[in-house]
Amino acid sequence: MKINELIESHSELTDTAASKSAVVLMTRIRLARNLAQQPFPGWAKEAQKREIRDQCMQAVAALPQMKRGLAIPVENLDELQKQILVERHLISRELCHAKSGAGIVISKDQSCVVMVNEEDHLRIQVLRAGFQFKKVWATINALDTDLEEHLDYAFSPRLGYLSACPTNLGTGIRASAMMHLPALVISSQMEKVVRAVNQLGMAVRGLFGEGSDASGSIFQISNQTTLGESEEEIIKHLHGVLTTIVEQEQNARQKLLETDPNKLFDKIGRAFGILQNGYLLNSGEAMNLLSLIRLGIDLGIFADAQRAVIDRLFIECQPGHVQHAAKGAFEPGQRDVLRAERLRVEFAKVTPPDFSNAAR
Amino acid sequence: MANSLKCDLCSKPATVHLTQIVNSKIHKVDLCEACAQAKGVTDPNGFSLADLLLKASLNPETGSDARCESCGFTQQDFKKTGRFGCPACYDHFSAMLEPMLETMHKGNKHTGKVPQRALERKSLYEKLTQLETELEQAIKAERYEDAARCRDEIHRVRQSGVRSSKA
Repeated sequence: MKINELIESHSELTDTAASKSAVVLMTRIRLARNLAQQPFPGWAKEAQKREIRDQCMQAVAALPQMKRGLAIPVENLDELQKQILVERHLISRELCHAKSGAGIVISKDQSCVVMVNEEDHLRIQVLRAGFQFKKVWATINALDTDLEEHLDYAFSPRLGYLSACPTNLGTGIRASAMMHLPALVISSQMEKVVRAVNQLGMAVRGLFGEGSDASGSIFQISNQTTLGESEEEIIKHLHGVLTTIVEQEQNARQKLLETDPNKLFDKIGRAFGILQNGYLLNSGEAMNLLSLIRLGIDLGIFADAQRAVIDRLFIECQPGHVQHAAKGAFEPGQRDVLRAERLRVEFAKVTPPDFSNAAR
Repeated sequence: MANSLKCDLCSKPATVHLTQIVNSKIHKVDLCEACAQAKGVTDPNGFSLADLLLKASLNPETGSDARCESCGFTQQDFKKTGRFGCPACYDHFSAMLEPMLETMHKGNKHTGKVPQRALERKSLYEKLTQLETELEQAIKAERYEDAARCRDEIHRVRQSGVRSSKA
């Protein structure tokens, strides 16, 4: 598969018809793995890095799960292609900045990705739309076991999988969920939630990971500790915390409907108006408007079938995707015009809101 | 407050006090305004106590110039990057690492998945190396009965290795 085919083809995140999950948009697990007796990517010489990359990419690309997927060195991608992969949550920003010796292997359905020579030799990642930790763990566990057949991992019986950074030591696992929490944001409870989640030893980040903002009321919540517990225990704890947050969000939605429905309906109605008629929309504003429409769908104000459309637009209104759709490089100002145009076309097809349907 | 706390990073008076509970163990950090800002503690989206504890627990005075024998990495390098140079660094710098792991994680012992196949391969390889040395020594000492036993054993181990990698 070539990079352009991959970009054009449907992806796990943008085309899941079964997007029924109201609050959890995506489940993702990544495992950090390194080769035994080799320096970590940050310390390896250029030649060593390329050697490690060739060995890893060959082993990964040969896996049955990666059949007819894409395997490509990072330096063979242009800036826009890299940006699109970041916007689809397939690769990290750090990997984009890698000067040389890094690589990517992506499965055909874009649900499995292995980054080579990012911070670790291997960053194995599986993602699925919705709240699906069991399925994602089963998939990534099998992928990792298959890979171990062909590569000697750096492993210590006492410390577990050895990673470049000791914060990933042991299981090397980071399990995370991308959550849509508009009611907690509207009712100013998010700060409280973040504090509570932090106190439980878990991290809250914005849409695109570390340092990104939470536009669209989308947050990534993940485990922080990796040593001392098994993978299953880590996932179970995280799952418990996430379930509580889902409940909190549902309660906050109910409360908004009970205390001031007009204020909430006004926000949703205006969002629809702007999306149908706006001519200039930057990505932050577009995300926030789409977030309100998604909330409207969850409340029964718009048809359920629209949810998958919104989830796709969350990704397709990002700068890289907007430029790709328009086939060129565009300044932010021009992108805002293109984005608004795309959204006008999309929302011309959407049935207007019916507020009498709002579940109370 | 009479007992004014000092910032863990720069020892100015601390005004930001953060508590994180990891597996019912309490970890506390005290920071001054400037350090809290710099470390992103005040930004609810991008703060990881683990990273901060990692940096704070590195005492600059003890920065010895000991090098990892495998890759030449030093403790100074670790302080700069927060990353190690190679898997062997975990052995070479274990004295510095151990107290850090306590605060960073829920325990200091791995209880998760084990790379079964890789470990089997490793023990098989080690066994073969050992047998080959024995065989050589036996031949040198003209203990031919022992040599024959070693040769058969090597053959048997090789066979079982082939079988298990096919399974």
